[in-house]
Amino acid sequence: MTDRKRTPRKPTARTSRAKTAPVEVGSDAQGLLDFYREMLFIRRFEERAARGYTQALIGGYCHLNLGEEATVVGLMSALQPTDYLFTNYREHGYAIARGIDPRRIMAELYGRVDGVSKGWGGSMHMFDTAHRMLGGYGIVGGQIPLATGAALAIDYRSGDEVVMCTMGDGTTNIGAFHESLNIASLWHLPIVYVIINNRLGMGTSVERSSAEPELYKRGAAYQIESARVDGLDPVAVALAGKHAVEVARAGRPYLLEVVCERLRGHSVVDPAKYRSADEVASLKEHDPVHTLAARLVAEGIADEESLLTLDQEVLANVEEISAFAEASAFPEEQTLFDYNYATAVPNDSRRLPGQPLFVTTPTSGADQ
Amino acid sequence: MTLMSYRQALHDTLRSEMLRDENVFLIGEEIGVFEGSYKITAGLLEEFGEKRVRDTPIAEEGFTGAAIGAAMLGLRPVVEIMTINFSLLAIDQIVNHAAKIYGMFGGQAKVPMVIRTPGGGGQQLGATHSQNIELYYAFVPGLKVVAPSTPADAKALLIAAIRDDDPVIFLENLALYNTKGEVPNHDTPGVIGQAAVTREGHHLTLIGYSRMAHVAKKIADQLADHEGLDIEVIDLRSLRPLDRETIVESVKKTHAAVILEDDWLTYGIGAEVAASISDGAFDYLDAPVRRVAMAEVPMPYSKSLESAALPSENDVIQAIYQTLDAIGHRRIKTGPHD
Ligand SMILES: Cc1ncc(C[n+]2csc(CCOP(=O)(O)OP(=O)(O)O)c2C)c(N)n1
Ligand SMILES: [Mg+2]
Repeated sequence: MTDRKRTPRKPTARTSRAKTAPVEVGSDAQGLLDFYREMLFIRRFEERAARGYTQALIGGYCHLNLGEEATVVGLMSALQPTDYLFTNYREHGYAIARGIDPRRIMAELYGRVDGVSKGWGGSMHMFDTAHRMLGGYGIVGGQIPLATGAALAIDYRSGDEVVMCTMGDGTTNIGAFHESLNIASLWHLPIVYVIINNRLGMGTSVERSSAEPELYKRGAAYQIESARVDGLDPVAVALAGKHAVEVARAGRPYLLEVVCERLRGHSVVDPAKYRSADEVASLKEHDPVHTLAARLVAEGIADEESLLTLDQEVLANVEEISAFAEASAFPEEQTLFDYNYATAVPNDSRRLPGQPLFVTTPTSGADQ
Repeated sequence: MTLMSYRQALHDTLRSEMLRDENVFLIGEEIGVFEGSYKITAGLLEEFGEKRVRDTPIAEEGFTGAAIGAAMLGLRPVVEIMTINFSLLAIDQIVNHAAKIYGMFGGQAKVPMVIRTPGGGGQQLGATHSQNIELYYAFVPGLKVVAPSTPADAKALLIAAIRDDDPVIFLENLALYNTKGEVPNHDTPGVIGQAAVTREGHHLTLIGYSRMAHVAKKIADQLADHEGLDIEVIDLRSLRPLDRETIVESVKKTHAAVILEDDWLTYGIGAEVAASISDGAFDYLDAPVRRVAMAEVPMPYSKSLESAALPSENDVIQAIYQTLDAIGHRRIKTGPHD
């Protein structure tokens, strides 16, 4: 247990006493390096996205996974390709770790036709059927009932897939969370709910928003097994994730809380003035990418130089990715009504702003 | 054809669609053991078992959202929300999720589901249980909203809704459940998005949906029999898409329209219909378009006040005559009624 001592907030214990199964994942040298490569890639991708935002190439809201990289790769390593992921608006890293072509993720941020959601979703709404990433949702908690229903569909068909549904700490206060956990437990649904506890909503701390700040304990109200794990360590997250997924695959929902740190503002435009200087200074110690790099060096798995070379490769790759996104076309105006309905019906309104409901036939010689 | 109630038509259609397609299942509060608040699902739990007829906790947002998620994976849930008033607890899942998923993700996931829910006042259920808020859903692109008024349309549109790949809000009405009509024996789906001219006429167009389509037809028949008036009646049947073409074509012929609705007047469904008439038949109108809607109050409990708040047949007849008077239409004298 690596309790952090910081003021003014009470330190958050990084693990619960609940045990995780002793499975060998990623803890060997190659496994650690693979985790690192992926985490670094997400780090650089997100930083590039932030730059794209300031360049006005990306619009809307843009929430980043900076600080969450170990959590992302650990969790995603626990899923099979046939399992489903439902997540929220802070999901670029998840899309990457799920195996979606990062060029298409960046293209989505840029609002282009090659984007995963064809430019319809943007930063908050990434979706890819092939990789079973079923969204990216911008409404806090909106994904939770949906994910629960996906688990219901799996159960209905006696499938052996599992659904993972991630959410933030603040999201555990929304009604949909409680309704869904209750339903999943009653119906024995194969779903893992994951709380990514970065200890902040936008600017509201867990202690100021959750009467039970040890969020994994909320599973108890629904007789759902739960645990808390340190999100600074990808191996610990992967182990906890694997255990959770096993429980779910056996037909019981699971609640996993991962404690990590949001290194920057809530979204790229948030200067996070509500965080104290001490707090900001301490963030460096809780940077999962730096922490893992130090471990790789300390354990002799990599040296500074090879890590630097890797970083340069990743940076170059990310530049190519944003060049791809920038070169991709914007969706054509005439595709505006392409996704009104999946089943076409008569009288569907397809009018652009200002167009009359009924086209009047010209009365005099006004027509050319 | 078989004569049956609106309730029976719904029940039989749910059953036959469940027999036809294993992916169709029912989900909602008290639909199984209790057999449904309005007994539409009576006997279905016994026949199909708990997998296909799912009693839920009282969690409208949770179970409606779960149905949406199940639909994303290809099941065809038919949700029952006990009354439309309670759908407000699920409105985030309906409006922010069901309606958005197909478009927002660039057409990658369909949401083939139906939400059945009754509206309707007049049962002395007071302010929270007597609302007609279908407008909230009819307003939203991505949803389809149907509101059948006859047992035959209830069957045809329920079949269409279940087989449709989009989320469909299927509006029922407490006052219609016991009404009877001839229902075809075949399982042909109706067409979502089409109104019906349920009575042809040339003096005026009377427009309604759900219970009010029923009322419109009844009044038009009465006025034909007793007053020699020839009123055209349109049953909207679908609120989204709205069949403006049929409305406007009718008004071009009759030159006048009265719109009946059980919802509140301001911003109501009738306002949209009136605007459509103004846009499509402005030059043909001989009188202002009239709307007969519910009084703009939270529905009172007491019978006297409730009756005053709801549009009555007399209110409708008044509006019809005032409109005809405005045109200068001479009432045809047919005897003792004048
Ligand atoms: C229903 C709803 N309410 C409010 C918001 C605005 N909002 C977006 S993110 C957020 C904070 C969520 O915090 P948390 O669940 O901890 O997730 P995090 O952003 O920290 O990953 C809020 C309030 C929203 N998108 N949806
Ligand atoms: Mg948070």
